[in-house]
Amino acid sequence: MAILELTGVSKSFSRNVGAKSQTGKIEVLRDINLSIRENEFVCVVGRSGSGKTTLISLIAGLIEPDAGAIVLEGKPIEGPGPDRGVIFQNYSLLPWLSVFENVYLAVDAVAPNLSDREKRRRTESYINLVNLGAAMKKVPRELSGGMRQRVAVARGLAMDPKVLLLDEPFSALDALTRGTLQEELARIWTETRKTVVMITNDIDEAILLADTIYTLTPAPAATLGPAIIVDAVHPRARMQLSGLSSRQKARRETLSNLTSGMAAKVADTAAVFH
Amino acid sequence: MILPVLGIGLMLIIWTAISLKVATDLPSPWRTWQESQQYIVNPFFKDGEMNQGILRFAFLSLIRVAKGFTLAIALGTPLGFLLGFSPKFHQAFDPVIQVLRPISPLAWLPLGLVIFKQSEPAALFTIALCAMWPTVINTAMGVRSIGTEYLNVGRVLKLSPMKTLRKIMIPATLPYMFTGYRLSLGMAWLVIVAAEMLTGSPGLGGFLWQEYNSLVYSHILLSVLAIGLIGFALDRLMGVVERHFKTA
Repeated sequence: MAILELTGVSKSFSRNVGAKSQTGKIEVLRDINLSIRENEFVCVVGRSGSGKTTLISLIAGLIEPDAGAIVLEGKPIEGPGPDRGVIFQNYSLLPWLSVFENVYLAVDAVAPNLSDREKRRRTESYINLVNLGAAMKKVPRELSGGMRQRVAVARGLAMDPKVLLLDEPFSALDALTRGTLQEELARIWTETRKTVVMITNDIDEAILLADTIYTLTPAPAATLGPAIIVDAVHPRARMQLSGLSSRQKARRETLSNLTSGMAAKVADTAAVFH
Repeated sequence: MILPVLGIGLMLIIWTAISLKVATDLPSPWRTWQESQQYIVNPFFKDGEMNQGILRFAFLSLIRVAKGFTLAIALGTPLGFLLGFSPKFHQAFDPVIQVLRPISPLAWLPLGLVIFKQSEPAALFTIALCAMWPTVINTAMGVRSIGTEYLNVGRVLKLSPMKTLRKIMIPATLPYMFTGYRLSLGMAWLVIVAAEMLTGSPGLGGFLWQEYNSLVYSHILLSVLAIGLIGFALDRLMGVVERHFKTA
């Protein structure tokens, strides 16, 4: 039973600026097919410039596909909406609102008829879920990158979406903060079991979190590789994972999918390190 | 601390030199002080409409500026938002604005007198028309530069247009708006003198013009200095307010 289904989705952008002032269209995504079950955690792995953000924007409804269909719970999506809550790469918190107000805005948007007291209670519970109870009244400028992304996660969850979309949520963070947040996301996901589509360029991140991993072939005209199932219980801890044979298998498959085409050389180098 | 004092001292020396050698009708700093001190030492006295303490005149001018400035931003802010939002509106009205913008207050005032037949509304009309453009242009620029990431948040949350305006567009534009307000206030203060001179209203500009006609030149200098100092203070004040809104 798929909750979210993409069939034959393609997207091109017209380009008229460039060194040689080339005009014409550049095909970013070609024939994307993706079927996501309820409560599934899906990661799409691809290198920078492979159209990852385009894919998430399409699912979010922020841009429209040239061809193909995106269907959520049997209905074609129409524009953006909180049923597909997005956690953006650059956090996109509103700098003039406090942590509380940023999350409250989402609670208020999806459940306007609740009493103010109930809305406040929900807002606080989402903020506590990401361990930011002490920073409730702070504004984003006073927070570190990791804390900002926690607020963004709280806001995403506060939309109570059918599918939560994460666009490289931790790529701008330092390695230590990233690790903490990944494990925290693993914990939160185990508690909430939301359906998640997460875009990332970090294979280990994908293996830590995802049930299913898809690779995106390099641009232009990127498309999805076959599904790779990561068969391990949630929540997974980083240490624990390193001994797991299913992890090694998933990593090898992900890498070999990524290596196809022009990415071969880079991934070979990566394979030496792992 | 020393350099500004040095600068002011140098200016006083040049002023004295000019009053002694070049333009002997120009009162020296010392004579200016002597002939003006009753206006400064006793800044709130009133002895007829056009003979009042300097702060009393300043107060009358400030009231007029406040009214004109309020009118300017009340008209200019929504106009700026419209220009920023709608490319069509921008195409239609940008040429009009570009033509209206460089018109001097001296040109607007007679027109205001023709329309309103009274000096006070004509003065306000002139201040508003001259002072609103920085607000219009900065607000429009602010609206055009709202980050798509903020707008996307509004789209994902499906906020109503009113709520998007209140929670996203206005806060994102505020820093630009206040830069506009600061420039507009400076412009309003420039215009007030011209408006008062032409309408003969009591205030710093009116006083200046009257004292020119009565050949008391030291009082012209007194007015000029007062206008400069108050303009400087207003700009600083708005600068503080402006900084307060620079959140992002």
